[in-house]
Amino acid sequence: MTKYIVKRLLLAVLVLWVVSIIVFSAVRIIPGDVCKIVTAAPDVDAKQCASIKHGLGLDKPVVTQYLRYMGGVLHGDFGTALISKRRVWPEIRTRIPLTLELAVLATAFATVLALPIGIISAIRRDRPADYGLRLLTIGWLSIPGFWLGTMLIIYPAKWWGYSSPPGYTDIWIDPAKNLQQLYLPAIALGLALSASLARITRSSMLEVLRQDYVRTARAKGLVGRVVVTRHALKNAMIPVITLFAVQFGFLLGGTVVLESIFSLPGLGSLTLASVLIKDYPVVQGLVLFFATVLVLINLLVDISYAWFDPRIRYA
Amino acid sequence: MARDRTPLSAATLPAASVPELARHERGGQDLLRRLGRIARGKPLGAVSALIILLLVVAAIVGPLISPYDPVKPNGLITRQAPSAAHPFGTDQIGRDILSRVIAGARPSLEVGLLSVAFGTLVGAAFGIVSGYFGGVTDFVIQRVMDAILSIPPLILAIAVAAVLGIGLRNVIIAIAIVITPASARIVRSAALTVRANTYIEAVQTVGASDLRIIWHHILPNVMAPIIVIASIQIGVAILAEAALSFLGLGTQAPNPSWGADLAAARTVVTIAVWVSVFPGLAISIVVLAFNMLGDALRDVLDPRLRGAS
Repeated sequence: MTKYIVKRLLLAVLVLWVVSIIVFSAVRIIPGDVCKIVTAAPDVDAKQCASIKHGLGLDKPVVTQYLRYMGGVLHGDFGTALISKRRVWPEIRTRIPLTLELAVLATAFATVLALPIGIISAIRRDRPADYGLRLLTIGWLSIPGFWLGTMLIIYPAKWWGYSSPPGYTDIWIDPAKNLQQLYLPAIALGLALSASLARITRSSMLEVLRQDYVRTARAKGLVGRVVVTRHALKNAMIPVITLFAVQFGFLLGGTVVLESIFSLPGLGSLTLASVLIKDYPVVQGLVLFFATVLVLINLLVDISYAWFDPRIRYA
Repeated sequence: MARDRTPLSAATLPAASVPELARHERGGQDLLRRLGRIARGKPLGAVSALIILLLVVAAIVGPLISPYDPVKPNGLITRQAPSAAHPFGTDQIGRDILSRVIAGARPSLEVGLLSVAFGTLVGAAFGIVSGYFGGVTDFVIQRVMDAILSIPPLILAIAVAAVLGIGLRNVIIAIAIVITPASARIVRSAALTVRANTYIEAVQTVGASDLRIIWHHILPNVMAPIIVIASIQIGVAILAEAALSFLGLGTQAPNPSWGADLAAARTVVTIAVWVSVFPGLAISIVVLAFNMLGDALRDVLDPRLRGAS
């Protein structure tokens, strides 16, 4: 087990290192002049530009720049934003709770919706309920989150004059208001996720329901509900958790769109704003941060499998 | 297990290939009958194929069938509700929304097809090389793919599109980059399975070159997963294009685009709901069609992948 964990950990570090190289070099081969971005002027004279580049350390060899940057990152220093001149890491850190809460709410919504749908679909295989639910979920998968988000703002306002309180309130200050501000974007964010979770739950349940131990459970006289929830569902969850780890990336991407629609000051809206004004240190920091989160989630999922299922460890 | 389409299996079963040949000679009529059979077996697949056909027609002959000019504003008829003259209504600057929706088919399809073609081609190439050669090559390719996969897809697309500059061509490149690692992974695992077969060892023994083996023996056997993953990715790509255009990184006004039209509609949406209903419906229906087609193709071509997405 220890050997397995060490191996996965080393791979994760390796992947993050590759990400850092890709991101770092991508930012340096981009068209568009740093001087123009910093000064927001169409023309910058060479002397001024040289001093700006010197100030940013861009006159050093690329390898030196990279080592310096990574040295900073490992100490929690992601550099300074080009335009706002704010430190990148504090800027990211203060926005984490909002995006995290949005992601957690969306995941909770998706799971609550997806599990019953997937289970019913599986135990009613090829009957009208199954077809109906499958059509429903594949339909959800096709609705763009940004469109759904817009609709969730307009229709309640139009029909009932309802709109959630504007802006964002910290959950520790006013939890009720905070939830009112976040539940609509969480629904828009979670619907597509619930569709893919329901689909994988269905196929995984079908797989498990075919197993001998399920037949044994039925044969010894357990009622259907107990067989499904205690014996089948637990074992059907592994592919569902894998898919969740994959889909979490889509969820984080979705926050970019939904946070900007609902004017929420999270990581997603920071990403979009920095990308649009080409504030590369911020974009670079955000991409590294997101990649670290995804790699850690995948690592945890991998390790938890190995913990639960020894076959994986020795494969 | 991948189905082997080796010369060997054809040679041992000569009887099976005779009716096969005869059927091919009957040509068109037979094709129709076969399509009919597939349509009855996979009604959802058939419906989605029809929707996609409609999309292709709209993309090709759009300007001919569109009732009004999709680009020219008309200050006299702004924000009109759906009527006989304008079935989908008019938008905030008086353009016919039906015409805009028809005109939006082309950029959507263009981005969907081209980005998936590039992404799948590159991904499949990496996947086959990775799975066939194994070892260090495999390790390096897989770590790079892992790195790309560990960046949230939409964020990667936004960053690439912004870095390369705004415009449809760069959106295609951005989405292709996002699609590449997913294709590479699936094709790699298919290639690994094929490679383990004895007939690969056999052709290696008779001295076939790696390129020949890949081209004649690996590629034909990994085509099914490639086709399935590509058809599913087209829907993903169209959604991504809409999101990028919605965020202002794709198609620019006044050029028609479902995503950009939805973004523009947000200013008037509370007074003219229809402005943001129809482009959104168009995206959803088209993506739904590609998702259903992908499902149907998967069932027909590659039952192993069932439930994989």
